[in-house]
Amino acid sequence: MTESGQQPDADTTPHPPALPARAPTSGDPAWVRILITTIAVGSLIVLVVIPVLSVFVEALSRGVTRYAQNLTDPDNLSAIALTAVVAPCAVILNTLFGVAAAWAIARFQFPGRTLLVTFIDLPFAISPVVAGLMFVLLFGSSGWFGPWLNAHGLRLLFTPLALVIATTFVTLPFVARELIPVMEAIGPDEELAALSLGANGRQIFWRITLPNVKWGLLYGLILCNARAMGEFGAVYVVGGRIAGETNTMPLQVEMLFQGFDSPAAFAVATVLTMLGLVSLGLKTWVESQQDDGQKQEEPAEPGITESVIPPKTA
Amino acid sequence: MSIIAKNIVKQFGDKVILNDVTVEAPSGALVALLGPSGSGKTTLLRIISGLEVPDQGTVQFHADDITRRSARDRNVGFVFQHYALFRHMTVFENIAFGLRVRKISEAKIRERVHELLELVKLPEMADRYPAKLSGGQKQRIALARAIAPKPAVLLLDEPFGALDANVREELRQWLRRCHDEYHMTSIFVTHDQEEAFEVADKIVVMNKGRVEQEGSPAEVFEHPANAFVMKFLGKVNSFQAVLQDGRVLFGNVEMPVGANQVIQTGNGKADVYVRPHELDLGRTAESGNCLRGKVMHINPAGSIVKVRVLVEDFGLVVNVDISPERHRQLALASGESIFVSPKNAKIFEPDYAI
Repeated sequence: MTESGQQPDADTTPHPPALPARAPTSGDPAWVRILITTIAVGSLIVLVVIPVLSVFVEALSRGVTRYAQNLTDPDNLSAIALTAVVAPCAVILNTLFGVAAAWAIARFQFPGRTLLVTFIDLPFAISPVVAGLMFVLLFGSSGWFGPWLNAHGLRLLFTPLALVIATTFVTLPFVARELIPVMEAIGPDEELAALSLGANGRQIFWRITLPNVKWGLLYGLILCNARAMGEFGAVYVVGGRIAGETNTMPLQVEMLFQGFDSPAAFAVATVLTMLGLVSLGLKTWVESQQDDGQKQEEPAEPGITESVIPPKTA
Repeated sequence: MSIIAKNIVKQFGDKVILNDVTVEAPSGALVALLGPSGSGKTTLLRIISGLEVPDQGTVQFHADDITRRSARDRNVGFVFQHYALFRHMTVFENIAFGLRVRKISEAKIRERVHELLELVKLPEMADRYPAKLSGGQKQRIALARAIAPKPAVLLLDEPFGALDANVREELRQWLRRCHDEYHMTSIFVTHDQEEAFEVADKIVVMNKGRVEQEGSPAEVFEHPANAFVMKFLGKVNSFQAVLQDGRVLFGNVEMPVGANQVIQTGNGKADVYVRPHELDLGRTAESGNCLRGKVMHINPAGSIVKVRVLVEDFGLVVNVDISPERHRQLALASGESIFVSPKNAKIFEPDYAI
């Protein structure tokens, strides 16, 4: 670390002047701006803020003790626990699928590639209820694989495993959809550089590919997890709504609400809502990290002509 | 270690990228693959590196046939046009990567990386991320990364293509020094003939998936094998001449092509090529063997004076390079009448005409 004095220190080069904070470009009269802002903020308050707050107000309307009792009810606890298991399982399966699919699609040309891209989006296009019914058709007692499962003393429908499969199907596109554009934008050069430097496939994946896509991946995971926790239609069909066994949080909320126990329904709903808010916070944070990353990718100013000729050594 | 790519054929779909190409780089040489875009030069380089697999043909390093060997095991340093630095790693870690995957001790890695940082004159950049470097700095780090594991072969794909002219100039000389110092056999791809002539020991001119000519820079420049090479390696004036009784005539002017088989093969038309510096200007038609023209434009900036002359009889614009002394002597001005006489001309087999 010698000779640092010979180099023009990039830190001392003048930075471009900061852009003016924000130019008031709009020539619209004040009342138009105020009206539009009021409509936007007003509808946000009416449609989002008040309903979310009301969940908490309703849950706590019979007091904190009752709220705590509602939450610690065995069936409700089981629902919370089940969601806490099913959603991560779906996320893990989707991560494996998403990374593999994105890698194959972004890096290779193979027969059926376009078809794969289309099929990844299929779960977005199909109603979750229909997705649930598909699995009933496949694994129900009169379904395609049902008799075989019965003959081997296995049961899939109305078990937590069925919930995991249905949830995974419904959330299938999230991770892959996030990763494909990221991997395509980064391109294969860094991976090829690593290969030519002697890295094996495992080293390339863990040291180059994964660190490069980590923010995109994390973003996909958060969206996938949020969607998995809130999934209702598909798990409704394949789970059979057995309280304490196959009821996830959304199913439990609906069951309590139908049973006229709205304080309990809202108590469980608060947990779901808070998880959603945490997801939102994480998502915002990841987005800010992604933005930082993109800013860094802008080409730096070419340095002033530097002396790059190495000393001729013996 | 010498490199031989023999009879390489490569197709992408129906498109033939390389059509039976054979290229040899003698041990320790710095070879330029020179050609326009689409000539297949980058594909050839990637085949030599192992990043691409040929449909036919073999790649040999010294006596070893390595055609089927993975890029990972070829011990080749590869420098990408757009650097391909690992963006989430510091400069230090970038250079260390090839050493880390070889499980070299931490102390040795530090020593080697710092040695290379000194070599590329960026020792204070060790902890920076690639995004904070200028283009020239990035390419130097990419080069340091490629040579860190001491490869016997260094391959560079348009290494300076994305850089500013003055940075490019310096990096060329730097590459040459680097190559000499580390005793590597190097091949680099470029479409810039000046770059090739400036640093290479041997030039391979490629076009449309074939090798048009190979040889030392002097050979290739002074004795171009065909019209393509002639045209690609610098400015050239072409004249549609007539072959007549063993003479090459453009109008009444005999083109001094020297003894050439083409002339003996008979009559007909042929393209004749003359470099701008092989034309002379005169105030009078003293030699007789000259074209009458009008000065259109004079560019006196540089070590030569570039004159554009309109040969009115043929509606042809001719570029002539003359020395500043000659320019002063002639005291040319735009619009003046002038005589152009060819000092040397080249003619090629007509079926090679582009």
